[in-house]
Amino acid sequence: MIEMQDVWKEYPNGTQALNGISVHIQKGEFVYVVGPSGAGKSTFIKLMYREVRPTKGHIFVNGFNIERLKDRKIPLLRRSIGVVFQDFKLLPKLTAAENVAFALEVIGLSPRQIRKRVADVLAQVGLEDKMNMLPSQLSGGEQQRVAVARSLANNPAVIIADEPTGNLDPDTSWGIMRLFQRINDRGTTIVMATHNREIVNSMRRRVIAIEQGTIVRDEQRGNYGYDD
Amino acid sequence: MMTKWVRHLREGIRNVIRNGWMSFAALSAVIVTLAVLGFSLILTFNVQQMSTSVANQLEFSAFLDVNASNQIGQQVADQIRQMPDVSSVQVISKNEGMAEMKKELGSEMSDVLNAFKQNPLPIQLVVKPKDPHEITAVADQVKLIHGIAAVRDPHQLASAIFRTLDVIRDVGVVFVVALLITSMFLISNTIRITIFSRRREIEIMKLVGATNWFIRWPFIVEGMLIGFFGSIIPVALLAVGYRSLYAHAKGQFSGLAFPLVPAGTLTIKLAVILVAIGLVIGLWGGTMSVRKFLRV
Repeated sequence: MIEMQDVWKEYPNGTQALNGISVHIQKGEFVYVVGPSGAGKSTFIKLMYREVRPTKGHIFVNGFNIERLKDRKIPLLRRSIGVVFQDFKLLPKLTAAENVAFALEVIGLSPRQIRKRVADVLAQVGLEDKMNMLPSQLSGGEQQRVAVARSLANNPAVIIADEPTGNLDPDTSWGIMRLFQRINDRGTTIVMATHNREIVNSMRRRVIAIEQGTIVRDEQRGNYGYDD
Repeated sequence: MMTKWVRHLREGIRNVIRNGWMSFAALSAVIVTLAVLGFSLILTFNVQQMSTSVANQLEFSAFLDVNASNQIGQQVADQIRQMPDVSSVQVISKNEGMAEMKKELGSEMSDVLNAFKQNPLPIQLVVKPKDPHEITAVADQVKLIHGIAAVRDPHQLASAIFRTLDVIRDVGVVFVVALLITSMFLISNTIRITIFSRRREIEIMKLVGATNWFIRWPFIVEGMLIGFFGSIIPVALLAVGYRSLYAHAKGQFSGLAFPLVPAGTLTIKLAVILVAIGLVIGLWGGTMSVRKFLRV
């Protein structure tokens, strides 16, 4: 599903973000990526949806060879992946339903198919009552649910999440986590960068720890392992 | 396929409405610049028409020897007619010349003319060149023809007229070009401000897997809508204004005998030019506004 072989990333400003990372993630896995701030977690995540390119090494995601991927093929890669962010990245002037519909318009579904699918995924995240509200009328947790619904819309094989609970209070965070859990239960692979020690420790899933651009720990049923 | 284009169109229209104030600012910039541009175009068209009408009236006279017969006059006229740069030659015979002179001088003075036993006037040939700018060259050639006694030098009048018209035209062109550049800058500035609020929008579009063209089209539609309405409004205003001016001036420059460009013709010309410029500006603005952010 996701394969990285000796991946290096140096940014143009000289920052050495990743130093020879190799990792293999199988279909249906739930993987937490942990580590201190600035360790390279975000770069690790961004490489998977080709927001950044590796300086060296091989990356395969959903059968796409990332290093050889032509610019015009990037949209195809991204349609096969759902991405969720700490800051939700919703369009402020669109309603919840329109935000989700947007991801479906991109792949050219008919308006009827879009309406059906939007209602379906918003129901999955428990927001069927609030589909016509603007992001500003929703709570943080609800906004993140809309973002999750959007990432689900295309029925992706992988969902990649970069600190999805970073802006949420503990109770809300748990709600979002249970949502990801349910999505994973249906077979969707999930890779999540997080600082939420409590959640990582209680879920007991695969944990990959990155420090200074290197994987220092990769455990099945691991724990958070940091004191912060 | 169809739904995609409907979507681009719908999104473009929605964007104009959603970004109400920015659309309004860009629209105003287009309207103002195109109105000024349209105004100077109206002036330019009329000056152009005036200059061609002046130029088309340019002709010069050549005179035969006083003793030359009408037959010779016709022969020389035919010879001149065969010159490639000559458009027409009008022959004014000795008698016609006399009649005209009598008419000009009035009945009292015509007695003086009657005193001549022989008609003292030479045959006059009025020559019109094909290209008014070539009038001097044609006159020089005619001077060399056997049988021509004299040519009234058209040089001074012609060159004065052309110098004036050239200056007017050059000033018009410079003005129009300067306006176009100004309007481009105004619009690009307006768009640059709007882009900033769109950054996020474009970023998200890319992240959910939109192709560059999918992102670009609504922006292009938006730009072209603004360009279209930004040109239609000044066209309408200027057309109405010119029509009433034209009716008021009875189709002529006041005091001068030159006809104004008819209102209908001018409206069509103006509409075609301004709408085309508006659409191009909109297309350019829409494309430019996303270009930078598509490199994600």
